[in-house]
Amino acid sequence: MTPFPSLVPALPEILLALGAMTLLMIGAYREDSTKLVNICAILLLIVAMLIVARLPDATTFGGSFVIDSFARFMKILAYVGSASAILMSLHYQAREGQRAFEFAILIVLSAIGMGMMISAGDLIALYLGLELMSLALYVVAASNRDSTRSTEAGLKYFVLGALSSGMLLYGCSLIYGFTGTVSFAGIAKASAQGGGIGLVFGLVFLFAGLCFKVSAVPFHMWTPDVYEGAPTPITAFFAAAPKVAAIALFVRVAVGAFPGIVPQWQQILVFVAIASMALGAFSAIGQRNIKRLMAYSSIGHMGFALIGLASVSSGGAQGVLGVQGVLIYIAIYLAMTLGTFAVILSMRRADGMVEQISDLSGLARTNPALAFFLALLLFSLAGIPPLAGFFAKYYVFLAAIKAGLYTLAVLGVLASVVGAYYYLLIVKIMYFDEPAKGFEPMPGELKAVLGVAGLFNLLFFVYPAPLLNAATTAAKSLF
Amino acid sequence: MIITLGHYLSVAAVLFTLGILGIFLNRKNVIVILMSIELILLAVNINLVAFSTHLGDIVGQVFAMLVLTVAAAEAAIGLAILVVYYRNRGSIAVEDINLMKG
Repeated sequence: MTPFPSLVPALPEILLALGAMTLLMIGAYREDSTKLVNICAILLLIVAMLIVARLPDATTFGGSFVIDSFARFMKILAYVGSASAILMSLHYQAREGQRAFEFAILIVLSAIGMGMMISAGDLIALYLGLELMSLALYVVAASNRDSTRSTEAGLKYFVLGALSSGMLLYGCSLIYGFTGTVSFAGIAKASAQGGGIGLVFGLVFLFAGLCFKVSAVPFHMWTPDVYEGAPTPITAFFAAAPKVAAIALFVRVAVGAFPGIVPQWQQILVFVAIASMALGAFSAIGQRNIKRLMAYSSIGHMGFALIGLASVSSGGAQGVLGVQGVLIYIAIYLAMTLGTFAVILSMRRADGMVEQISDLSGLARTNPALAFFLALLLFSLAGIPPLAGFFAKYYVFLAAIKAGLYTLAVLGVLASVVGAYYYLLIVKIMYFDEPAKGFEPMPGELKAVLGVAGLFNLLFFVYPAPLLNAATTAAKSLF
Repeated sequence: MIITLGHYLSVAAVLFTLGILGIFLNRKNVIVILMSIELILLAVNINLVAFSTHLGDIVGQVFAMLVLTVAAAEAAIGLAILVVYYRNRGSIAVEDINLMKG
């Protein structure tokens, strides 16, 4: 009989699962417990984060659950994203009269899924983590039950998400069949001498499913609709934490399971990255709804992040450089997105939330501080030095150049120039157009998120070493 | 005639394609989409079990069990979202899901 596996590496997930169940009981049996559940959920995520930071490297459950520097780095980001999403929803829930304690619990459940995805060491863990995250996300997208838009967003997300899970799973089944194993290490060994056509087929299906989860181009169609339809705090959540987890999974599968057939998946990723960047840049131009604009913006940013992964042409230094680029990009993307959504969530007048870009006009005169921070974040999203967004792009382009992918790097720079147009257009609307009616004062927790994100973006270049070192260590742990 | 691995894989491939086409060509009813999703997962399970027997490796069957479980949860959530949507909109025709244009 095999000995009972060590549970220590999975401690954060176990804690979150038990915590989610307890909170569910509290919510079900206590009157008016929304606030308590929200606070407890944030605390749970923070505790899980602290535990993750201190976990030693280990694998457990027969190699299907891995903790290494990479997992620690990505899990901390994912938990930060989830906790911030709950924090940013507090005021929204109170004002909209949506006293639903389930919201925070569903976010915690999806955070468990993210943790499993990031730590996945085989195809079964990959699938279960992905589904745990996705099932919670479908429900959360449709969580405003009385709104046609929210339920439509949930339905669209569900249908397309289930389709993509199906494709991913079909890919998994082919990979299992043609390599005879589900563990990433085993697949890497079996495909070391180049895979047959069956394996490549499976790889394509698997990547299609993963592209859907990161909303990269041929599988991006759900993103704008879901972002627009879902309640705004949930859009903020969608744009942040699940992207981190999906990119982490993408990197782990590509680098961990298929190092033997890099040329095959590199082509796919180069195409996906170029198409995502181009679509993100051009489609965002005509948008009037800021949530929709952020959806196209996130598609573009995922394209940039995938440049880093596409640059992993071999193991060793080049591989570390590519993965490190992805990690830095995704960390900075998280900060930029959370900050921008803190502003979007404070776009509220007496008669409710507004989400048109024209509602921001003249913000510099009605609320100069908010306008300054939003302008800062938009400059960062556009990648203008010396803000953090510039360094994010710098490291992925550097990796692409070192890997000899010159076309990819040049097209990336061009896409970021086009993208700068619509970010700067918003800045122009805020600073030079006639003022619209001012917004209500911003609640404290949004101010805190915006302040931290804004200062991170502004001051990153002064002291970038901690993030860079952490990303390098994390990237090295994969090779 | 001996049924080989190839036969099983062909059946699974056909079912999978039917599922995909069912989602994209269907213009009538969302329930049909849910059925197509089930069809896709079924195709995957056939693949997994066929490979598992062929390879003499039990992991594929374990995987199939887990897929079944998740498929049940997925169907439950899908139907729940569909019910909420129907309450708001009064219709589950695919062409009515167009409040936001992609």
